[in-house]
Amino acid sequence: MNETLAGWLQILALVGALALSFRPLGDYLAHVLTCPRHWRVERLVYRVGGVRGDADQPWPAYLRGLLAFSAVSVLFLYAFQRLQNHLLLSVGTKPVAPDLAFNTAASFVTNTNWQSYSGESAMGHLVQMAGLAVQNFVSAAVGIAVVAALIRGFTRKKTDRVGNFWVDLTRIVLRVLLPISFVMAIVLVAGGTIQNFHGIQSITTIAGDHQSITGGPVASQEAIKELGTNGGGFYNANSTHPFENPNPFTNWLEIYLLLVIGFSLPRTFGRMVGDNRQGYAIVAVMGLVWAASVAIVTANELHSVSSSAGHAAGGMMEGKEQRFGIWASALFAVSTTLTSCGAVNSFHDSYTPGGGGMTIFNMMLGEIAPGGTGSGLYGILILAIVTVFVAGLMVGRTPEYLGKKLGAREMKFASLYILTTPGLVLVGAGLAMALPGERAAMLNSGQHGFSEVLYAFTSAANNNGSAFAGLSANTAWYNTALGLVMILGRFLPMVFVLALSGSLARQQPVPVTAGTLPTHRPQFVGLLTGVLLIVVGLTYFPALALGPLAEGLR
Amino acid sequence: MAGSLTRLLRHHLAALRMLLVFTVITGIAYPLVVTGIAQAVFPHQANGSLVKDGGGPVASSLIGQRFNLPSQKGQPSGSPDPKWFQPRPSAAGPAGYDPKSSGASNLGPNNAGLVKAVRDRRTAVAAFDRVPPSSVPPDALTASGSGLDPDISPAYAYEQVNRVAKARSLDPAAVRKLVAEHVQGRTLGFLGQGRVNVIVLNHDLAALKRR
Repeated sequence: MNETLAGWLQILALVGALALSFRPLGDYLAHVLTCPRHWRVERLVYRVGGVRGDADQPWPAYLRGLLAFSAVSVLFLYAFQRLQNHLLLSVGTKPVAPDLAFNTAASFVTNTNWQSYSGESAMGHLVQMAGLAVQNFVSAAVGIAVVAALIRGFTRKKTDRVGNFWVDLTRIVLRVLLPISFVMAIVLVAGGTIQNFHGIQSITTIAGDHQSITGGPVASQEAIKELGTNGGGFYNANSTHPFENPNPFTNWLEIYLLLVIGFSLPRTFGRMVGDNRQGYAIVAVMGLVWAASVAIVTANELHSVSSSAGHAAGGMMEGKEQRFGIWASALFAVSTTLTSCGAVNSFHDSYTPGGGGMTIFNMMLGEIAPGGTGSGLYGILILAIVTVFVAGLMVGRTPEYLGKKLGAREMKFASLYILTTPGLVLVGAGLAMALPGERAAMLNSGQHGFSEVLYAFTSAANNNGSAFAGLSANTAWYNTALGLVMILGRFLPMVFVLALSGSLARQQPVPVTAGTLPTHRPQFVGLLTGVLLIVVGLTYFPALALGPLAEGLR
Repeated sequence: MAGSLTRLLRHHLAALRMLLVFTVITGIAYPLVVTGIAQAVFPHQANGSLVKDGGGPVASSLIGQRFNLPSQKGQPSGSPDPKWFQPRPSAAGPAGYDPKSSGASNLGPNNAGLVKAVRDRRTAVAAFDRVPPSSVPPDALTASGSGLDPDISPAYAYEQVNRVAKARSLDPAAVRKLVAEHVQGRTLGFLGQGRVNVIVLNHDLAALKRR
């Protein structure tokens, strides 16, 4: 079989697997988020946790629970890292420095998993599994909880209740994330991913040299890292590391896992609003953007476009693994930057200007195709609201979406949502470029160096976590700045989404008339895709022109 | 004021208790159960797919190694040993292939240093393997993402056959046959890339009889 055919089959198999999961997983999620009965173990969790699971909350209470849980998580994770040398299974690690511990705590609680440290030398096994990996579960669940509240805003009427945060959180972890991760962790081990509690084992190599073989509970963390679109690797090299991602099958499985919840949630949305076609329209936009991006990155990498190193070597294999090759690496790179995952199976810094630039653009789109668990769907729903608004302006009607009027208050929240991330990215990258010490952290010079900084802030503000890893970001300034950007980039949008949800839930639905814009037709799919590209393109074009575009056109 | 402060504290205390509950379930119980099953059912994989030679382990078949000439004055010499199949260049640690510092070079696509390194490698590999520079495949000239890549392309493996056979006084046909036995196709015929695992190949090479 030739390379091109194999590459296409690899993509088609992935699309097929995602299509097969769409209905069952989407329907199951809708059931989990709406079913009135609690499991016995869930009641036990509420009792031990000291929270009430029996009544729905107004949006401010929902938000308070979410923020309290996240704040406590940051503090807990910070203390955990600072004290790790006193704990079990520390495998000889030292306490993590204060700025790095803050950055890492913020990073994992916000579902970003930006890593300024390298896992094999900085973190003990206990911090990894009982600190970082716990956040992989709960931060993913928080994202789904927020989108559940937003959907309830559309489905409910004349109420101030948008759901119960503790119930949503607990159910998503126990009924969805934990069982799938468990099965997938075992599959990964069967494929060669390690799962042990060994420290570092010194061996004499085949050629008589010395080597240290690392250990750790990797597979259990790997499964939720992909499924929850977290992306924080057990090791510095992330999913390029053979102990995390040993062969082409585990690689394919990891790509599937990081996409599956994001692509299934539109089905959940359609189910919950009582019109599956609404979900199909959303998933169509996600699929279009994803497919276009796969095509662009793969073509750039295959033909070494504008890369003198690629031409010198005869192929873009710098930073890529032999067992994956270009097709599987490009597929992973696109999927990880269009979700909020940020795991990598190849290093984007060495990609062609077009391929690497596209990974930045993917994140700038706001990670909505399909996006992070939950965050992708609420991101694209906000854009759908903007689209309906724009369409309403064209014909001079009050815009409405799914029977709810979009007035001044709703549009304010949607606009604030859209402005938050670009504000953080552009101000952050601008500041870093204005400071000589921070400029010096770039590994590469010129336009490519600027791309490293732009990538870092885009990644942090969008809670992605991947990097143009040449940037030496483990400094007090970058750790602090990126930590703050991650927190603001995660929780400010959530505030606006929940406020929007509360405002929608209070309304009495308006009946559909001949003048209502249908939001399930190809026309709407086209409109939404157009609005998405125009809003993001206009916002970021100047920054992209200074980085990847300038480098590609040299 | 005092009342609202108490409420705030109570709120965060409940949040902390919930976090601890999740820590016990997803942070302790989940990894322990997975480890238990992994160790019982797939002990070889769970412990790192170790390659043993008589007594102790000499490698993990998943983690690449250096195959250099013995070090002088306690320093790794860095020059490749002609008796072994050579792996890809590595950016993991100063000497390469150090699992304690996995990672890539992160050099950009037009980085002058990278372009020079690739050209230098092409010259060096071609001279070492006595082949025309144009025939050296890309994987021999570029560092992998992990710095621990255990694989090379079949083309790079075949290119090294004559040099290895000569250095070991082996019949080139026998070495070529050994390489052919170690070529792995794409998984299921379409996933990933074809490859040769250098660790397993070199391990079996050591057992090959002289002619």
